[in-house]
Amino acid sequence: MANVTIHSSPAAAAEYAANLGDDPTTRAPLVTGGHDFASVTDKVIDLNLRRPTRGWYIGFACSLALLSLLLITIAYMLVTGVGVWGNNNTVGWGFDIINFVFWVGIGHAGTLISAILFLLRQNWRTGVNRFAEAMTIFAVMCAGIFPALHVGRVWLIYWLAPYPDQMAMWPQARSPLLWDVFAVTTYALVSTMFWYVGMIPDLATLRDRTKKRIAQLVYGILAMGWNGSNRHWVRFERAYLLLAALATPLVLSVHSVVSFDFAVSSLPGWHATIFPPYFVAGAVFGGFAMVLVLAVPARQWLGLKDLITMRHLENMCKIMLGTGLIVAYAYAVEFFTAWYSHHHYEQFVFLNRAVGPYAWAFWVMVACNVAIPQLLWFKKMRTNVWVILAVAVCVNIGMWFERFVIVVTSLHRDFMPSAWAMFTPTWVDLGMFAGSFGLFFTLFLLFCRFLPVVAMAEVKTIMPAAHPKHGPDRYDYQPDPDTEPPLRRGHWWT
Amino acid sequence: MQNQHTDNPNDAAPPPPPPGGQRAFAVIGQFTDVDAVMDAAEKLRDAGFSQWDVHSPFPIHGINRAMGLRPTILPWIALVHGVIGALLGLVLVWWTNAWTFTGLPAPLQGYPFLVSGKPLFSLPANIPIIFELAVLFAAIGTVLGMFGLNKLPMLHNPLFNSERFRRVTTDGFFIVIEVDDPNYDPQQTPQLLRDLGATDIETVTDAPAPGSPGTSATPGTSATPPPDATG
Repeated sequence: MANVTIHSSPAAAAEYAANLGDDPTTRAPLVTGGHDFASVTDKVIDLNLRRPTRGWYIGFACSLALLSLLLITIAYMLVTGVGVWGNNNTVGWGFDIINFVFWVGIGHAGTLISAILFLLRQNWRTGVNRFAEAMTIFAVMCAGIFPALHVGRVWLIYWLAPYPDQMAMWPQARSPLLWDVFAVTTYALVSTMFWYVGMIPDLATLRDRTKKRIAQLVYGILAMGWNGSNRHWVRFERAYLLLAALATPLVLSVHSVVSFDFAVSSLPGWHATIFPPYFVAGAVFGGFAMVLVLAVPARQWLGLKDLITMRHLENMCKIMLGTGLIVAYAYAVEFFTAWYSHHHYEQFVFLNRAVGPYAWAFWVMVACNVAIPQLLWFKKMRTNVWVILAVAVCVNIGMWFERFVIVVTSLHRDFMPSAWAMFTPTWVDLGMFAGSFGLFFTLFLLFCRFLPVVAMAEVKTIMPAAHPKHGPDRYDYQPDPDTEPPLRRGHWWT
Repeated sequence: MQNQHTDNPNDAAPPPPPPGGQRAFAVIGQFTDVDAVMDAAEKLRDAGFSQWDVHSPFPIHGINRAMGLRPTILPWIALVHGVIGALLGLVLVWWTNAWTFTGLPAPLQGYPFLVSGKPLFSLPANIPIIFELAVLFAAIGTVLGMFGLNKLPMLHNPLFNSERFRRVTTDGFFIVIEVDDPNYDPQQTPQLLRDLGATDIETVTDAPAPGSPGTSATPGTSATPPPDATG
């Protein structure tokens, strides 16, 4: 475990210390390595313009293998029926819903970085927002597979949409399951628009820098003729702000609605008012763990350490610690509520979680989500990439088990003991879960190959040289009312 | 060659006009950094130019003041679309779940379905769908509104005929003054840009020269109008 960072020079050591500095009176540099605007672009687009490395091909081959496992298991399930899953008993929701909630939750960190941290003026988000947003979209794609398939006859999935039909039937708008359809669809569409709009200036950079004719055409069409006009930039920034303001309540609503799928039912273990905030915090917690699992190797292998600095990783660790504490609090409140309610079934469900047949899953969850993240209280741990990676992997495992515990332990002990059952995943369950990682990493590796992984235009705005009349201590834009003329009034449309 | 420029900022001679057959589109000046381009923008704004623009690889904070740009209408577009989405959601859940419309064709009749004696229409149960549709419509309105106001997609632009201008998406800062501007003067405007600190001046034409390396960057062949100065 290399906890000692070796610096090439005293200047690099000083820069590393400044980057991690906690002094609130000075702004820590968020781009290290003495980069200027051109070298930031060179660094990022080099990943798109040069041939991929051998490691990329190996990773892509492994991802494709897992993806084909997903396709095979889906094909087998479609031909045979959903009975090939292990939830053909009292536990009517198995891996399908666990994996759905797991993947949707992962997506939430991307929106948190791109929207909420934008509204909060957290400038460090520019280094990681592009690939965190990409992660969001790919995670939502993985999530969408499972509820779509669990309806059984997936070829009739369009019945979920409200459209006039000869059956004279409409979807039930008072059902959380329909809320989920609207929430996840809106989330997928808005996240994709947010991602694409933010990427247009960087696609224009690729259009102008690539030498290949086909790449020029494709990037040229995708960039829509972006030419850096500041009349465009002003509206672009306003659109970005509006999308952030829209995506912020949206992301909170999405996982709240996902939690309503459980909480609106009257099942002990699910019927809890704390579920919406508990689910949202858990989603951000698990999502940041996935961002770190991707960011730590990516900055190493893609050579992006100057743009995704240790400060970025440390900040994400802090958010992971904070949301992890909210999740731990929610676990405690669930048990307190069960005890305080004097409700026998409620008390049994939670006792059964902690000491029943699935106690091992519960304690894996507690260890991974509550105990291990406490390491991140220490700065030494937050700045050690190996510790970060290990904690993040643990949190991902723990968050998957959280959904397993919620879904399976609440169902497997039914009200009637004659209906009690155990849930055992079949090879199709396991294959589809593993295969969804194949889809995720296939899309992510294609993204790394063909699209700019760092938001170059946004990173440039947080470099000192981007600010008029910048000085050595002026890393942020600070308006100077004495020297700036007021906005010209007149026609207000533009 | 039509792309004329001088590398020496002290050279007083303006760039010669482009040869016959190619209409000059704009004169562009490259600046070294944000400060230089901001100062120049303030002076051009005060000089009364209208068909001009600042091009940069990233949004420059405060440029709207320096250029004298007015606030954008975009938030209102988003609001209107959001309200439309919310109303549509409200009508959707009410029409489809809370009422029967006898006399209409069967596919358009509602589907009132009693669940546990709960009311057919209650606002709390219907808020999620109304909210999601409001957000979806507002987001679509924002994105399409931004594209519309910016007149994107615009896959051809005479500025792309300039090889130099391609640095605008990497590290180039440019001020573009179109020849259509009432204040444009083929002699004085390039000189003005030079006086404002432009390091390189170039006249861009509306058609690339045959065999020019700058012709293959963007798809599309027909010349469309340049970005509108007034939005």
